[in-house]
Amino acid sequence: MSQIKSLADLKKKREELKTGLNIRINAIDPENHVQVKVAMATCGIASGAKPIMEFFMEQLERRNIPAVVTQTGCMGYCYAEPTVEIKLPGQDPVVYGFVDLKRADLIIEKYIKTGEFVDGIIPVNYETIDNKE
Amino acid sequence: MMNLSLNILDVVQNSIRAGAKHITIDISESAIKDLMEIIIEDDGSGIPEEILQKVTDPFVTTRTKRKLGLGLPLLKQHSNLAGGDVEITSERGSGTKVKATFMMSHIDRQPIGDIAGVVTILISANPEIDFLYRHKTDKGSYEFSTVETREFLEVKSLSDNTLLNNIKEMIKFNLGDIGVSE
Repeated sequence: MSQIKSLADLKKKREELKTGLNIRINAIDPENHVQVKVAMATCGIASGAKPIMEFFMEQLERRNIPAVVTQTGCMGYCYAEPTVEIKLPGQDPVVYGFVDLKRADLIIEKYIKTGEFVDGIIPVNYETIDNKE
Repeated sequence: MMNLSLNILDVVQNSIRAGAKHITIDISESAIKDLMEIIIEDDGSGIPEEILQKVTDPFVTTRTKRKLGLGLPLLKQHSNLAGGDVEITSERGSGTKVKATFMMSHIDRQPIGDIAGVVTILISANPEIDFLYRHKTDKGSYEFSTVETREFLEVKSLSDNTLLNNIKEMIKFNLGDIGVSE
């Protein structure tokens, strides 16, 4: 792979990819993608959220899984940082705690690919009694 | 925080929460002047005056859930350890500027760390915010702008993992070129 040094190289690289692969272009529709949200407040960053976020960005691309990787703030689970919230299309979000590279790999291989839960889920309930019929 | 880039990542979260649309990260390091300067500037809501006075106190935060905020206090601590200081200027409604200085050669000055990775993460996670990143050394300077990049590539958004990984590689190469070491 040739070194990308400038915006022109970046553009060239992008065009190469466009012709070689069926690449997703421009605005992506988050609803049909796996959404990965890495908690990145002081607690998350100090516990190593950055390499986890980079791992998801790189590995989801490498493993050809259409995904949006973003960050959130502190959710109050500082003790369990780094935490990652995963939302598979059409499903409720799941929050994983104590995510290291090994667990991140498992999350991709098991939960994201097959829907099978992995250790480390933090029970979170997004529904309140008020919303119940 | 293990390095300065993580402090930057953390302090920029304040700008994001302040609803900024444009965020500038300006780093200059000079062995000649023995000075490193990190300036983060945003056009967010600004800091109310009564909080601005004591914003580097860890027991002051604008959050409502917990009465604790460590982003700026940590930056100040790291800066003070390395013979520098943090200066914050802010105006209600027009934005905030955080300037941290460090003695470049100070033994307690943390390394800058993976700043290319941090910039990429910020771009990836905040597609609606325009980022401008400048880095100056004795050897030269490098500038990366999300606006310029979007226009040049003729894309609406940079949130594509392949593209982002390539952007990171590009920033890394250019930083190496002007002698920035992690």
